[in-house]
Amino acid sequence: MSDTFQLDGASVPFEPGQTVMQAALAGGHYIPHLCYHPEFKPHGSCKVCTVKINGRTAASCTMPAEAGLNVESNIEEMNGLRRTLVQMLFAEGNHFCPSCEKSGNCTLQALGYDLEVHTAGFRHLYPDRPLDASHPDILLDFNRCILCELCVRASSEVDGKNVFALSGRGITKHLIVNSETGLLKDTDIALTDKAMHVCPVGVILPKRVGFSVPIGARRYDQRPISAQALDDAPRQADAPHSPDTGGSCPACEGTP
Amino acid sequence: MTTTGDLHVFLDALLARHGNNPASLLQMLCETQERQGWIAPPALTYLAQRLGIPRARIEGVAGFYSFLHLRPNGEYRVLFSDNITDRMLGSQALMEKMCQQLWLQPGKVSEDGLVSINTTSCTGMCDQGPAMLVNGRAITRLTHQRVQEIGHLIRNDTPLAGWPADFFLVEDNIRRSGPLLDNTSAPGDILRAAMALGGKGIVEAVKHSGLRGRGGAGFPTGQKWEACRNAPGAARHVVCNADEGEPGTFKDRVLLNCQADLVFEGMTLCALAVGAQHGYLYLRGEYRYLLEPLRAILQRRRDNNMLGKNILGQAGFDFDIAIHTGAGAYICGEESALIESLEGKRGVPRSRPPFPVTHGYMQQPTAVDNVETFCSAALAIQMGAENFRAIGTAKSSGSKLISVSGDCPRPGIYEYPFGVSVREVLDDCGAVNTRAVQVSGPSGICIAENEFGRKLGFEDLPTAGAFMVFDDSRDLFEVARNFVHFFAHESCGFCTPCRVGTSMLKQTMDKIAAGHGTRHDLNEIENLDKVLQTSSHCGLGRSACNPVLHTLKHFRPAYENRLKSLDFEPAFDLDGALARARQMTGRDDAGAHLKPEET
Amino acid sequence: MSKKLRIATTSLAGCFGCHMSFLDIDERLLALLELVEFDRSPLTDIKHCGPCDIGIIEGGICNAENVHVLYEFRKNCKILIAIGSCAITGGLPAQRNHLDLGSCLTEVYLTEPGLAHGHIPNDPELPLPLDKVHPLHEVVKIDYFIPGCPPSGDAIWKFLTDLIAGKTPELGHGLIKYD
Repeated sequence: MSDTFQLDGASVPFEPGQTVMQAALAGGHYIPHLCYHPEFKPHGSCKVCTVKINGRTAASCTMPAEAGLNVESNIEEMNGLRRTLVQMLFAEGNHFCPSCEKSGNCTLQALGYDLEVHTAGFRHLYPDRPLDASHPDILLDFNRCILCELCVRASSEVDGKNVFALSGRGITKHLIVNSETGLLKDTDIALTDKAMHVCPVGVILPKRVGFSVPIGARRYDQRPISAQALDDAPRQADAPHSPDTGGSCPACEGTP
Repeated sequence: MTTTGDLHVFLDALLARHGNNPASLLQMLCETQERQGWIAPPALTYLAQRLGIPRARIEGVAGFYSFLHLRPNGEYRVLFSDNITDRMLGSQALMEKMCQQLWLQPGKVSEDGLVSINTTSCTGMCDQGPAMLVNGRAITRLTHQRVQEIGHLIRNDTPLAGWPADFFLVEDNIRRSGPLLDNTSAPGDILRAAMALGGKGIVEAVKHSGLRGRGGAGFPTGQKWEACRNAPGAARHVVCNADEGEPGTFKDRVLLNCQADLVFEGMTLCALAVGAQHGYLYLRGEYRYLLEPLRAILQRRRDNNMLGKNILGQAGFDFDIAIHTGAGAYICGEESALIESLEGKRGVPRSRPPFPVTHGYMQQPTAVDNVETFCSAALAIQMGAENFRAIGTAKSSGSKLISVSGDCPRPGIYEYPFGVSVREVLDDCGAVNTRAVQVSGPSGICIAENEFGRKLGFEDLPTAGAFMVFDDSRDLFEVARNFVHFFAHESCGFCTPCRVGTSMLKQTMDKIAAGHGTRHDLNEIENLDKVLQTSSHCGLGRSACNPVLHTLKHFRPAYENRLKSLDFEPAFDLDGALARARQMTGRDDAGAHLKPEET
Repeated sequence: MSKKLRIATTSLAGCFGCHMSFLDIDERLLALLELVEFDRSPLTDIKHCGPCDIGIIEGGICNAENVHVLYEFRKNCKILIAIGSCAITGGLPAQRNHLDLGSCLTEVYLTEPGLAHGHIPNDPELPLPLDKVHPLHEVVKIDYFIPGCPPSGDAIWKFLTDLIAGKTPELGHGLIKYD
């Protein structure tokens, strides 16, 4: 018998080494998240998955599960916090959904929908972030980057290429690519790389593809992210959702 | 360095000196920066090839630290310390003058590539400011005359070695000493006493002494050492945190200058206590001038068998200390960020747990302590736990160094037993008409006159040592705004709430400063505080709103006098937003202007 | 029945798409007219907004005239609603925000061939453009936001009927969208 902790009143079993998020998703409980991805080492930067654990707040994706914890997630205080964090991300970058290829399949957008975010609220920063269209097959639109480092982790941990990294600090932190020119065409990225398929927003895009799925049939047109994210999490009892089956990861849907 | 060949010769020697160790990446970047004045793209590429680290990751490290430049930034790089105490001593006017003299704008490089002028976070010279760094070298006690002379020296392209030595003089300014600063033990004496106790005995003694960390958090030192000693690991490490970045703090600077042996003695006995072979002193880049003297002291200690193999004849007691320098990143004062930086990475705080005592440097057990903590531990061993405990208060044993700056005639270092009241410190430093004191820096607490009876110590006012005094001529709103800018500049950017929240907070404070603030903005600050408090990755984000909340609590009129009576004002200057269009069209009619009061 | 609510609508730096979508509530417009009457709006051609219960604005703030109209609405409307991406985020017009306004004007009127005869128009009748395009909430207090480019007729209907019924408007899955 494995140990359990309490999540919003439900008993959640966990294996040693699992974090609160991992155990929750495995048990069929959704905790909103952005930078967490079941296939990569959690790092806890977006803070959207913040929960109350025994009265203190912590990022659930990095917090080791322990027997007897009392975790509160689906409470107005945490959802209000998540709303503000999502608003901050919208105000920080240039997120012009109507012209974005990822619209309808975007995790940030879907989270905004689920949390009933109607406005960024804050003053928009409108940063100047030029595109990198140098590569023949791949476009980088940094305007939409939320600095979740999923591409950094995918390129390093899965592709073994380290095409992406972060530079700068604070509000000037930004995504860079692995070449002396600073251009994507001079890296060894390929369309088949895992890093091509993990961007939760619309930064890393294959060229000459866009709006391939009609409005109404896109991923989050059908069901809210809270319903879909569970399908993607590796489950303990039934594990038909192998993380390697194309298109089933929470972030790469919709992009061919 | 003109040719690729020259560059490679330099970098090969650099790599060899650091044993091609990727963990020394930041040190190599610092040395490249010092040698070249910036870090050119081919240097990054070559280091990447030789170290087997992805180039982008190296660029990411270089891009993190504010003293490293990935673009040419002038042969002379002038940085004015921008702490509020420097400002109170006139640093802004001095910087403006210097910019005029050298015909350039702050943050820009002169067209001939000779010089750039900018600001930097507190350089730890608050007792002798205004201060600046030129090519990483500290210059103190700036006056109009001195700044003008510096301008001439730069224009004449005089190498720093030829500048008057007086410019670089850094005084200790010890105003009140106690057992720590008065310590005159001969190097090795305390170490021998510690060796007589043995590792476990040292841990017990330090535990019994009641010593708590002097960096601000106040974790019991003996408990930390015991956890590190008991943690499983192939190797253990001792790290001295000399990244004294909290604005208004400069006591570690003084300890490293006048009690360096005591620091190293403390580190060495800690190594014996926890079973470490490797020690690191992480010296903030602003104290670069201390590097050579400290290295000389380490060498002397090696020569005297106080470091190295079989220390002082005890078989198997092997320990040595290396010095790593920082490069302008306050966040590296956070212990896990410091460890990341020591490993040659971006200084981003780690997720905890696990804690450094079990998973620290290279994921091995590591004891990270403040400079003053190591000194105090050595002192506790020397005088005995009971005697150490007799100093100070029940929960705050020993003495504490206070860095006094701001509005007082005698700024400097004051050593007190814990439990001293704020008023006593104010009296000793000669402060009059004091309106407020910022205790423990921007991340600490701002207290007003009615609280001057409060006592420094873990029971009441915990402090890392900063003590900035503001008299009744000072505007506490501007003090808070300075601190808010500091946090925004120093946020590592890892987590959303701190990265974006500190920028939003800065915008709101600037809006209030510009006379466009409303009650709505004060509410906004309170909301931001909630978000930063509950979800920030580390203490920087959690404390970023403190300066505003504390000054709001005590000095609300300083804010309210600036507020418009309206409950909403535009986030930007409406009429100013038309200036570019006016300039382009040449219009200046009534329709070409906007009055925000229209509602 | 109680007095009808008075509603004003306008488009600032927008495309009238949100207004078109408003008309997409189709025959429900008749039901709405049982509850509300229109003040300034493209539907009435009233030029200036009088005292109203609800103001609905599409489009962001890109020039001086937009600011005047926005202030007129804020002054007269008890509740002000920003509708659509442009009003809420700056939207399409804000895609110029990373460019210098001077360069934009130079490019359009001086560099490219056109009817401007080599000068940037400076007639006082023309509103001057702001250096950046801003969403409404950066200039006045906005009470509610209906996102979408445009929001669907159903979303607008749901939002307004919630509001008129005195409930906090909620869109929910399927009605809330940013594109």
